[in-house]
Amino acid sequence: MKLSAKLRKSSPRNKASATELLPERELRRIVDTVIRLARPAGAEETEVHVDEVADSLTRFANNGIHQNVAEQGLTVSIRTVADGRTARATTNRTDEDSLLGAIQASLSLAHSQPKISNLLPMPGKQRYRRVNRFVKQTAALTAEDRARAVRSACDMAVKNGQIAAGIFASGQSQSAIGNSRGLFAAYRETHAEFSVTMQENPAASWAKANFADVRALEPQKLVERASEKAHLGVNARELPTGPYTVILEPAAVLDLVGFLFYDFAATALEDKRSCLNDRMGKPLFGRNISIFDDVYHPLQQGAPFDGEGVPRQRVLLVDHGVPKNLVYSRASAKKPRKSPTGHGFPLPNEYGEAPMNLVFGGGDSSLQKMIASTDRGLLVTRLWYIREVDPYDKVMTGMTRDGLFLVANGRVAGAARNFRFNQSLIEMLQNVELLGPAVRATGEEAFEMVVPAMKVRNFHFSEVTKF
Amino acid sequence: MWDLCTNALDTAQLRGASYCDARVMHLRQRDLTTKNGQVGTLSQSESIGIGIRVLANGAWGFASTDRLTREGVASCAAQAVSIAKASALAKRGDVVLAPEESYIDSWQSPFRKDPFEIPLERQLALLLAADDAMRRVKGITLTETDMQFRKIDSWFASSIGSCIHQRKVISGCGIAATSFQEEEIQKRSYPNSFGGQHSLQGYELIESLDLLRNAPIIAEEAAALHSASQCPEKTGTLILGASQLGLQIHESIGHPIELDRVLGQEANFAGTSFLTLDQLNRLQYASSIVNVVADARLDHGPGLGTFAYDDEGVPAQCTDIIKDGQFRGYLSNRETAHLVGLNRSSGTMRTESWNRLPIIRMTNVSLLPGSWDFADLIADTSDGILMETNRSWSIDDRRYQFQFSTEIGWEIKGGKKVRMLKNPSYSGITTEFWNSCDAICKLAHWTLWGTPNCGKGQPMQTMGTGHGASPARFRNVRIGTAFSNQ
Repeated sequence: MKLSAKLRKSSPRNKASATELLPERELRRIVDTVIRLARPAGAEETEVHVDEVADSLTRFANNGIHQNVAEQGLTVSIRTVADGRTARATTNRTDEDSLLGAIQASLSLAHSQPKISNLLPMPGKQRYRRVNRFVKQTAALTAEDRARAVRSACDMAVKNGQIAAGIFASGQSQSAIGNSRGLFAAYRETHAEFSVTMQENPAASWAKANFADVRALEPQKLVERASEKAHLGVNARELPTGPYTVILEPAAVLDLVGFLFYDFAATALEDKRSCLNDRMGKPLFGRNISIFDDVYHPLQQGAPFDGEGVPRQRVLLVDHGVPKNLVYSRASAKKPRKSPTGHGFPLPNEYGEAPMNLVFGGGDSSLQKMIASTDRGLLVTRLWYIREVDPYDKVMTGMTRDGLFLVANGRVAGAARNFRFNQSLIEMLQNVELLGPAVRATGEEAFEMVVPAMKVRNFHFSEVTKF
Repeated sequence: MWDLCTNALDTAQLRGASYCDARVMHLRQRDLTTKNGQVGTLSQSESIGIGIRVLANGAWGFASTDRLTREGVASCAAQAVSIAKASALAKRGDVVLAPEESYIDSWQSPFRKDPFEIPLERQLALLLAADDAMRRVKGITLTETDMQFRKIDSWFASSIGSCIHQRKVISGCGIAATSFQEEEIQKRSYPNSFGGQHSLQGYELIESLDLLRNAPIIAEEAAALHSASQCPEKTGTLILGASQLGLQIHESIGHPIELDRVLGQEANFAGTSFLTLDQLNRLQYASSIVNVVADARLDHGPGLGTFAYDDEGVPAQCTDIIKDGQFRGYLSNRETAHLVGLNRSSGTMRTESWNRLPIIRMTNVSLLPGSWDFADLIADTSDGILMETNRSWSIDDRRYQFQFSTEIGWEIKGGKKVRMLKNPSYSGITTEFWNSCDAICKLAHWTLWGTPNCGKGQPMQTMGTGHGASPARFRNVRIGTAFSNQ
């Protein structure tokens, strides 16, 4: 059997190692099979997505592993076009009968709707810039490797009189897209993630990292950082609510500004649900704010093509505080006569497109410099349960979590109880005083992006909780 | 399917598992949406695979695969055992499971009309008609509708001898009208926001919602909100509509009672809980008129948390959570039940799919009906605000401090709804809020709402939960904070 044979080959001493992905030629074979079957079934055009994952995740709490999982799966998603109509069907079976069943389901769905007046023909062959984000050391990581790192984290927690919880995840994934006009693209990547919460009653702190290369993770450093901050967090005091100068660590910045990504979709403006409606081309944020979407940035992950196989472009979204450009799918680009930027979602969908690889311009202020320059403020480790309160003023609410510290006279002066904020993102990005270097940040509310730490004045905290 | 399960159990036990269960799941889903009079998403998917959970060397391992051959399943089972042995390298103690009977059973959720058998043209025609009815209202700039149907088959077998097949049919539907005017976006949704109502029913759910009658009503309200007064900032009386109260229950009762959170197992992600073990049977969680249950039985209704057995083979149960205001129970599983003095799991282990590990989840966590007629409740309120249909929700990671905003509010003066309010919001501390409840409406106003999008676990799983609620009144609530700085 292929799976067990590969397990033996990749790690002869260790049966808990990761599954290998199919070679690209197998993905192409699946694509070709679907296209071959679809034409006689009645499809005038056919598009095929093949996605495969092999992921593992070791979860620990109370200083021990309590969950430990692995998954392997492959899906084939088929979009057909017939008589000016289109629809999608997805299966995770790759035998010809199942693929034909999905083709027929797609055609049946397509025929059930009115004709789509503005449906575009599928794109033809494209040229792609190569990106290499597959690291064999990450792909080869085993359950034992993860368990040993977790053991070290738990040992440190015990030594420090603390309780550790977190995850160590690793995996690999690949995507291929092909269509009946000859387009074909494939991409694979690895990913490794370590996240840790250190608890020292009643305080907790947190650190997390995520890279393609597991060697960049440095779990022990993350554990040390979380442990130190958890200890600092004991004896947190309640501070009055109101506006504060805040120093937002990159994870806190990420989870807030991540909510902006969809506002840069051309379709969102057309639907009048973007905060950028009537604001494009005018100064909106501070002059120190520039934002790109750039899948090719060395700290980014993700495929260099979109849901129709169009190559992703680097797009300047905000230039020194002025929203300059949007991202476009092929459909949304047509009416304003723009070029598609390679940010479309798989069709059919109602959302159009979105920039998925935001990169903020950074500065040269270290966290230490930000703290030293602050008479009175708050250092924020991370934010939690962020939700949009007002879509046009872009008011967000949420909580601070796992490490909120008072800064007084240029020093960290103790821990503070967690606050609720109600803060306009637009106003926040007008009030940025200092920027750190842009880094690959990872949080829990937004997908990974490249953002700096920020020192922001007049950040609104409205209520305080009990810890 | 049973052969695949047997193969998995045999292999796992041969490799050293002291306990194992295997679950083959076949999931089918159909999604339909429209936007501004055009079809948006039109898709169908199916997925089948097996998840194998084992105990070996006193620790857990889980592996899943869609390679449903004899060799593929055996390899997956062997991988699960290897992972469990790796877990044992950093275990804190041996896992001990509460005893449970074995069951051989087959169950199907009741439905009258299979949504997958209803012609797509009919489904789309209804959505497009509702979309059209909303677009006819002046000032509406965006209209959206959606339907979602799922059929889930699961074949569960365990090494204690259980073989349980369950089939669930789930339907959901919602419509929304949005209006952008003069630097303000206002939105109204029906019958609930973020996808509408979802339940363990067939197409009869969709037919019961009367979309076409409600479409112009919500569109008119969305447009009218622009000229409504801003919800004031004050401390006062709040009446919550049933769907908003359902979400309030979800966030401030449902999550804190999950025993895995209480025990720190979610500390890194979903958070912990203020309901530490010493609070059980001691905490005055709410006022004495408040009674909350976690009820997965069909008797409770066709909720998203209704089933015959949970995903570790424990029969559906009803657990008192809050009885006459007192905190009485947690959501537990076979591993954690003994920690709260129970000799049996409360049956709340649930999984999103074959490739996810079952974890403790809400079932139907519901506020039992009170005695008030809704009209009488309004008439009895001299000065208050009625808030309906969720717009945003947020709560801290121990579930103390929350803030919600809703799509629409109504000022109540002298026992009457006197005017519409825009941008309503309220906030508070969980136990203070529930202890301020002084009126709950009766069964005639009670709905078992479905929350289809509850995220928890790493890797993340999305689960549907049920929340029965009728409108209720709360005193001395902080109102209007979300917009106080704007």
